[in-house]
Amino acid sequence: MIDEKILFAPGHTACAGCGQSLAARLVIDASGKNTIVGNNTGCLEVFSTGYPYSSWRVPFIHSLFENTGAVMSGVEAALRHLGAKEGINLIAQAGDGGFGDIGLQAFSGLWERGQDILTICYDNEAYMNTGIQRSGLTPIGSRTTTTPVGPNAAAGNVRSSFSFKKNLVDIALAHRCVYVATASVHVPLDLQRRVKEAHKMKGPKFLHILCPCPLGWQSDVSLTAEIGRLAVETGIWPLVEYKNGELVNVKKFKELKPVEEYLKLQRRYNHLFQGEAGAQALEAWRAVVQENVKRFGLLEPTAQA
Amino acid sequence: MKQFLEGADAIARTVALCRPGVISAYPITPQTHIVENLADLIAQRKLQCQFVNVESEHSAASCVLGASAAGVRAYTSTSSQGLLLMAEVLFNIAGMRLPVVLCCVNRSVSAPINIWNDQQDIMAVRDAGMVQLFAESVQESCDLHLQAFKIGEDPDIMLPVVVNIDGFTLSHGFEAVEFPEQSAVDVFLPAYRAPYKLDVNNPMTLGPLCGPEYYLEQRYAIQETLNREVMAKVQKVADEFTAAFGRKAFGLLEEYRMEDAETVLLSFGSLCGTLKEAADALRAKGRKVGVVRLVTYRPFPKEALVRALAKAKDVLVFEKCISLGADGPVYTEVTSALYGAGAKVAVNGYVCGLGGRDVALDEILAAVDARERVSAKFMNVKQENLGSFI
Amino acid sequence: MFAKMHVKPAASLSNKTGSWRSGKRPQYLHKNCTGCRACFLICPEGCISGSKKSYDTDLDYCKGCGLCVAVCPVHDIEMVAEKR
Repeated sequence: MIDEKILFAPGHTACAGCGQSLAARLVIDASGKNTIVGNNTGCLEVFSTGYPYSSWRVPFIHSLFENTGAVMSGVEAALRHLGAKEGINLIAQAGDGGFGDIGLQAFSGLWERGQDILTICYDNEAYMNTGIQRSGLTPIGSRTTTTPVGPNAAAGNVRSSFSFKKNLVDIALAHRCVYVATASVHVPLDLQRRVKEAHKMKGPKFLHILCPCPLGWQSDVSLTAEIGRLAVETGIWPLVEYKNGELVNVKKFKELKPVEEYLKLQRRYNHLFQGEAGAQALEAWRAVVQENVKRFGLLEPTAQA
Repeated sequence: MKQFLEGADAIARTVALCRPGVISAYPITPQTHIVENLADLIAQRKLQCQFVNVESEHSAASCVLGASAAGVRAYTSTSSQGLLLMAEVLFNIAGMRLPVVLCCVNRSVSAPINIWNDQQDIMAVRDAGMVQLFAESVQESCDLHLQAFKIGEDPDIMLPVVVNIDGFTLSHGFEAVEFPEQSAVDVFLPAYRAPYKLDVNNPMTLGPLCGPEYYLEQRYAIQETLNREVMAKVQKVADEFTAAFGRKAFGLLEEYRMEDAETVLLSFGSLCGTLKEAADALRAKGRKVGVVRLVTYRPFPKEALVRALAKAKDVLVFEKCISLGADGPVYTEVTSALYGAGAKVAVNGYVCGLGGRDVALDEILAAVDARERVSAKFMNVKQENLGSFI
Repeated sequence: MFAKMHVKPAASLSNKTGSWRSGKRPQYLHKNCTGCRACFLICPEGCISGSKKSYDTDLDYCKGCGLCVAVCPVHDIEMVAEKR
């Protein structure tokens, strides 16, 4: 009953309601069967390729935690040597930890060399595969096992972050990636459109997908799409698209929902609704939204005569 | 006709003859001349190959892993810290059963930082599952590269091979070197045909998660492959090399003046040149001294070694490495092989040449005359350098 | 010598994750469907299939997350109790 054209088959061991498995399926179905995928160690690789099972109907390689950027650089070079690169989509993907922390060097090298590969970060905002530890992309104030809440922790972070979360879009733009975009799983066709746009362009490409994680975010499994929607509609996760360094597309809104609507669905943010420290953290989140509004023009100009 | 060349230059020209498809490069002294020469050969259209300048040795090894997984012959070169940095990738390449050839230009390991020759670097990854070969001369450095590709790419083997050459001594030393014709190399080493690879026409998943129910057999398979298929293939390829190019390739080990040797000097790499001189000097005085030079270190050629030492009374192992807190790795494995075979021969272990310190002929002769019983004795320790840290 | 480690495409189909469900499953009403395919698109397992205005989930794989129920714009899917 499962369509043979589905390139990411069920039977994988992702949690029920996993935003990353949804994103992975949408990405590979949009990319087509002439795609080779390289994946860093993390949730996706572990739940989709536990021997003797694999969900992948395309060639797939997993090596280590931090080296997919370099492994796929080697695959790209090999295909070029064989004169066989044309018509083959290459994807090098990782989670937020695998992409933005331990794997950033290898992706940086891939981008800087200008290799024709779509790099994708599946961002569930912590090292989820190892049990919910903080990564460089864990937003300020998120409770994780290594940023627990307690009297010595400022709003959930034992060591307060310098910034809201590491900004991979800006890092990709600094490397002059030809296509840079964010995406959300709550609008599957839009996500797939971005994947296809990326593959059309030659050179290094970056797609940053927010993947709600019911386990790590402590949310209801049926709310994965709703939480993704609220991340976008509160202005926390702007949906943007850059081509050749130019901002070409922004999802705009007449008005943005208050950040509380997004945060209250996730028990990892319970403490933001208590006490002075929590109130300060909420202000920090609102400030981030204001930055996004200013930088990307998230609010539609009011229709005035 | 022979050409008088720097070792790295000669190696690069040999690698070019092997027609790799992807070379990854990251600089580290004293390996860098190899990749620089390869870059130049490509730029001069003398080698048609993709050259990937990566951002670290970890990526250099990962890049050749990916290229090999895509079915293309791949090569890289490193030393010391670079080898240690790519260590997990080397284990990974072997575990994934992919053939890659790596040249390790043996250099000391930090701290303290030291760029000169010893073999501590490669010893740190001896457990990785790679085939490990050691060259004594620049000519042999080249010859082992040709053999390395052939060994690793055998569809019954499919393992990475590292050719070890002594830093500076062989990488920067000049020697008269002979190169085979490209046509002869193409016969000896045909194009790589991957038995499995990343291919959209035949998709498969490489590198899955492997639980306790399946993992053990993976290690068993590599162990069996090294001890059986590789052990045999190394000798077979060496014989084929000798027949094809008229130059003696030794395979597992070289025996020098061993016919009636009672005292045996044992090591690997260019130090064996000094050991052979020592043997010659002692033979001139009527002593029955020979040299066993390990050419293949992984798999460890236990049987060949035990046979070579069958008539020996004393063995002196010299090595430029130490497993700190225990003995030298070569001494440990030699004694273990002899013990396992029930051989009754005395073995001494000497640690020398660390950090590029010269090992003089006189020191070797003195060790032979000392008739001591030692394991991991450091030679030429300068007392004036010892004392407190500050 | 080798030990098997290459995995064939979509070998995960042998792993019937439908056994994960605990007490409820989605039920398609087949009454209001407009053929928008939101359910097909949102399923993290990819086990919803169909065409035109008729879709259903493959209970061999459905983990019961309820995302299909949550996204259906015309409420044509319900979570119902399931006896195992």
